[in-house]
Amino acid sequence: MYIYLPIAEVSVNAFLLLGLGGMVGILSGMFGVGGGFLMTPLLFFIGIPPAVAVATEANQIVASSFSGVLAHVKRKTVDFKMGGVLLIGGLVGAALGVVVFNYLKNLGQVDLLVKLCYVLFLGVVGSLMFAESLRALRKSKQVTVAKPRKKRGLVHALPFKMRFRVSGLYISIIPPIVVGVAVGVLAAIMGVGGGFVMVPAMIYLLGMPTKVVVGTSLFQIIFVTAFTTMLHATTNYTVDMVLAVLLLIGGVIGAQFGTMIGAKLKAEQLRILLALMVLLVCVKLAFDLIVEPSELFSLGVAGGH
Amino acid sequence: MQGFFARVLLLLLALAGPVSAQDIVLGMSKNEIGITAFFNGSEILIFGALKHETEASSAGDLDVVVTIASPRDPVTVRRKDKRLGIWVNVEAFDVDLAPSFYAVATTGPFDQVVSEASDLWHQISVRQLIRAVTVPPSTNNKDQFTEALVRVREEQGLYQMLPGSVQLQEQTLFSTSVSLPSNLVEGAYLARIFLMRDGEVVSQYQTSIDVQKVGIERWLYNLAHERPFVYGLLSLAIAIFSGWAAAAAFRLLRG
Repeated sequence: MYIYLPIAEVSVNAFLLLGLGGMVGILSGMFGVGGGFLMTPLLFFIGIPPAVAVATEANQIVASSFSGVLAHVKRKTVDFKMGGVLLIGGLVGAALGVVVFNYLKNLGQVDLLVKLCYVLFLGVVGSLMFAESLRALRKSKQVTVAKPRKKRGLVHALPFKMRFRVSGLYISIIPPIVVGVAVGVLAAIMGVGGGFVMVPAMIYLLGMPTKVVVGTSLFQIIFVTAFTTMLHATTNYTVDMVLAVLLLIGGVIGAQFGTMIGAKLKAEQLRILLALMVLLVCVKLAFDLIVEPSELFSLGVAGGH
Repeated sequence: MQGFFARVLLLLLALAGPVSAQDIVLGMSKNEIGITAFFNGSEILIFGALKHETEASSAGDLDVVVTIASPRDPVTVRRKDKRLGIWVNVEAFDVDLAPSFYAVATTGPFDQVVSEASDLWHQISVRQLIRAVTVPPSTNNKDQFTEALVRVREEQGLYQMLPGSVQLQEQTLFSTSVSLPSNLVEGAYLARIFLMRDGEVVSQYQTSIDVQKVGIERWLYNLAHERPFVYGLLSLAIAIFSGWAAAAAFRLLRG
């Protein structure tokens, strides 16, 4: 069944979009990532104009994250206090990111920069996580209940300490805010929620327990992507409501299944799977940059090069 | 059925005798296209009759060319090249105005029906149409970019060459059908009909086809552009509601 999208101005198979939404929704619920880093390239591939894909994807992430976070709230695995602190940074970062994005657009080559950003961040985050979770998996087999190394250093010497009960942390609010800003900037430039950077940052930089990380990440992603959606809708008119609805019907249902699957898996297994997925996308994008494309010419809307 | 209907109409048109002073009498299956939610392309049937002068049949065979063009927009064509091991856009060229859709239907092979001179003069092929409005080249390889534009859009089915798809009966009645793709832009589409003899244009006629979004498509599009803030909030409300509904439904399912 084909549906014509009013903003994207193309007609697409509704079931294809429902399926894509569902698939990405499952991943979103499992790993606490919005899934934008997977969905946005997929939408490009099926012929949605990039600007519409990026903006609409933000709207869809709001839905799947909200659906996912409700399940986490019920399991009490959301650190609202930490989420709030990250969010403050995230909103500042998203606003900054939009400014940076528009600046780069005027310079040209913004597509390339976004792609390089993807390859770099997905590559680094993916391999770090993969290596770490392999180590953790091996350790857990030796039945050592080794506590995560508490890094005594700069992070703990910082002022403005705050107690985050749900995460079991007593740390300065400066690192979470910095993480929030950095992820917000990236999210706006790359057109994603930023969960795939946020989740590892929470685990490895802030030392939060994996089970809490997913819910908390989803919680703050809702607000950052809602903000991004509004920015896109009011400045570029590129949010396609029909596309968003089709994607999010699949997405919210998928997210529920994802959360169920996630609850059954061990934290290390969850991390290793996420790492593998991130690396897979990274390799695919890098491959596209290196291999000679079959068509060297591409068309774009005039003015924006 | 449609074909039969068209033939009857053609017959009526032909029997109607000298309808007008023009040489071409034209009919179309539709002169406006509404883009609805379930729009998936559209087929237009174009038919008509040629009014003959006295010397008609002796002076050589007639040919008919039908073109349909969407409104024209500027397009940037970029070329990739390998730099530091990766493929990046290195060169860009702005084509001032190019249609996003263009179809040329002819009675025979294009080169035989349309002479180069008439193509140049009347801009019948899409290449001439694009070249005519493009400013003189600043780079020598401008052609490479317009060629690429045509090639990419031909692959996407947006530029169609349809040689032999116009049926001409008894040098009088012609008919053809052009299928428009689903990713149409809105606006007034221009349909041109050229009557050719020995590659030269004997007569021409043009009319427009209106392509508009209708119903919910129209409403959403207007809302997005006229009240973007409300539109954005509505999008978010739908997102939050569906997120909640899915979570609630699953809670019920699991008891």
